[in-house]
Amino acid sequence: MSPVLAGVLQLLALVVALGLSYRPLGDHMAKVYSSEKHYKPEKWIYKAIGANPDVEMRWPAYLRGVLAFSVVSVLFLYLLQRVQGSLPGSLGFVSIDPDQAFNTAASFVANTNWQSYYGEQAMGHVVQTGGLAVQNFVSAAVGIAVAVALVRGFARSRTGELGNFWADLVRGTVRILLPIAVIGALVLVACGVIQNFAGIHEVGQFAGGSQQWNGGAVASQEAIKELGTNGGGYFNANSAHPFENPNGLSNLFEIYLILVIPFALTRTFGRMVGSIRQGYAILGTMATIWLAFTGLMMWTEFAHHGPAFDLAGGAMEGKETRFGIGGSSIFAVATTLTSTGAVNSFHSSYTGFGGGITMLGMQLGEIAPGGVGSGLYGMLIMAVIAVFLAGLMVGRTPEYLGKKIGTREIKFAACYILVTPALVLCFTAVAMALPTPAHSMTNSGAHGFSEILYAYTSGANNNGSAFAGLNADTQWFNTTIGLAMLLGRFLPMVFVLALAGSLAEQTPVPETAGTLRTEKPLFTGLLVGTIVIVTGLTYFPALALGPLAEGLAA
Amino acid sequence: MNNSVGNAGRLLWAGLRALLVLTVITGVLYPLAVTGIAQAVFPGRANGSEVKDASGRVVGSELIGQTYNLPKKNPDDAEEAVVPDLKWFQPRPSNGLGTNTVNTQYKLILSGATNRSGDNAELIQWVKEAKAAVVKDNSTAGYRVKPSDVPADAVTSSGSGLDPHISPEYAKLQVHRVAEKNHLTVAQVDKLVAAHTDGRILGFIGEPRVNVLQLNIALKDLVAAKG
Repeated sequence: MSPVLAGVLQLLALVVALGLSYRPLGDHMAKVYSSEKHYKPEKWIYKAIGANPDVEMRWPAYLRGVLAFSVVSVLFLYLLQRVQGSLPGSLGFVSIDPDQAFNTAASFVANTNWQSYYGEQAMGHVVQTGGLAVQNFVSAAVGIAVAVALVRGFARSRTGELGNFWADLVRGTVRILLPIAVIGALVLVACGVIQNFAGIHEVGQFAGGSQQWNGGAVASQEAIKELGTNGGGYFNANSAHPFENPNGLSNLFEIYLILVIPFALTRTFGRMVGSIRQGYAILGTMATIWLAFTGLMMWTEFAHHGPAFDLAGGAMEGKETRFGIGGSSIFAVATTLTSTGAVNSFHSSYTGFGGGITMLGMQLGEIAPGGVGSGLYGMLIMAVIAVFLAGLMVGRTPEYLGKKIGTREIKFAACYILVTPALVLCFTAVAMALPTPAHSMTNSGAHGFSEILYAYTSGANNNGSAFAGLNADTQWFNTTIGLAMLLGRFLPMVFVLALAGSLAEQTPVPETAGTLRTEKPLFTGLLVGTIVIVTGLTYFPALALGPLAEGLAA
Repeated sequence: MNNSVGNAGRLLWAGLRALLVLTVITGVLYPLAVTGIAQAVFPGRANGSEVKDASGRVVGSELIGQTYNLPKKNPDDAEEAVVPDLKWFQPRPSNGLGTNTVNTQYKLILSGATNRSGDNAELIQWVKEAKAAVVKDNSTAGYRVKPSDVPADAVTSSGSGLDPHISPEYAKLQVHRVAEKNHLTVAQVDKLVAAHTDGRILGFIGEPRVNVLQLNIALKDLVAAKG
């Protein structure tokens, strides 16, 4: 069997697996966020928090919950790293410097998992397991909670109430993420991922001498790192490290974990707004972009244009033998079209166009299917924009799911789509204009520029992958990428919740013959077009200077 | 004003309590439960898939690639170039590997890639040199390697730098050399490589590969049995 055919078959297997989980998981999540019942352990948790889970919150209260929880999380994770040197169970590793500890805390709370540290030499068991992996759960649960609040905004009328943040946070964690993570972690151990609390382990080598490995709770972290679209590797090489991703099967399984919740959330959306077909239209948009990107990536990586790859006879630099070009390309697209940022191969050594595809995937706003929760709310914002554009074309007041998209709504949507490009392009421009940031580049020319553009794209979009030639452990990059991650995560959430509140207050407008049918393929087409044009054009000049210049020269 | 400060304080206090409870669940109970089950059901894998040689000595992990070099003439000379021990099958290059720069009480291997782009001059140079070395090392009296025979994995560094595998093509390319250096027949070594070549899982997942450590252990056994 040719590697290309094997790659296509793996993609098909993935589509089938995702298809099989779509209904049960999507319906389960809809039930989780609609149910009135609290399980006994959940009641204990609410008691410990001191929150009444049955109190409905309007958007400002919901937002305050999100922000309070996230502020506390950043501080806690920062302190945990700062005192690592005195914590037991930390392998004797020293505390993390302030700028790097800030960057890492911001990164994990913002569901980004950008890493300017080397996991195996810097983070002990307590920080990895009790700090970083915890944020992998809860930052994902916060993302889903905000998405569900927006869906309730569409589904509810004349109330302004969006649900209870604490209930959504706890339920997302214990009823959705935790059970899947347990099963996922055990599957990964069965494949060969390590799971222990041993210290640094010294074993002999074949040719004499010895080597030292880290032990660690890797499988439990790996499962939630993919499932919560976080992406922060236990080891520096992330999912390329054999202890994180030991064979072709674990590789395919990890890609499945990345994609399963974001896709299934469109079913949850459809259920909660009372029309499964509205969910299919969103799913169709996500799937179209995902499949197109994967196809393009496989094409450019198998074609391997570029002087070093032509000489080597294949684009295997930065890729593992057990995954090959196919398994690496599928992973690279899945990780950058979601907010994951885990890597099983190093994007900086992809072909010029391949690197461009990973960057464009993030720049689309990570909505196909996007991060857990953030993918759905990002896509719904684009749907609002698409409906608005269609309304302008025919001269009607736009509506979506029975809600009018008026001045107030479109302002929130517009602010949402402007935040991330503004962060990416301004920070990139400033970094390029200053004399020192460029010293961090490994490559020169167009690819050097791409390293910096990629870093801010990844940070502001909460992805976390890197053109890792860039030495990002400098005060400049730790601080500015840290800020880009926080602003890129929480400013959009403000606009999403404000929009949700405004929608939930409305009285629904009845559907008429003139209403745009947003459950039809025509709307899917319009939505794909809107996404590509709006975000694509924003970034085209920057992409032309980096990956396009490199790709065309090859 | 006082009231709003109080409210913010109460909210942050609730946030902290939520974080602590969820930390106990997802940061303590969850990893401990998974570790418990993993250690009970898959102890070998959960602890790093260690491999022993014929004498029972642990010689590494099935999953972590190693180098097979000649001992250094002067072990303290960091500058001395490493020379591959051509008796053994050789792995892929690993130009992206590092050593730890903090917590230096340990000698950890830092996994990593070169992150060089396709037009990077250094990468082009590495590939050229690796290709020339593969051609030279593997050509024997009766077997000439052409540059076009060299597969891509033989001259490129992997993502982790710890790739335990090589492609079956690269293993086959090394057969004549390994046979000659170990005084075995080509057919014997061919058979060994074939026995250690893993196909795609279920016929389509992943790529065909040869585990270099397992292959070299088997090779050592074969040489010992013969001699």
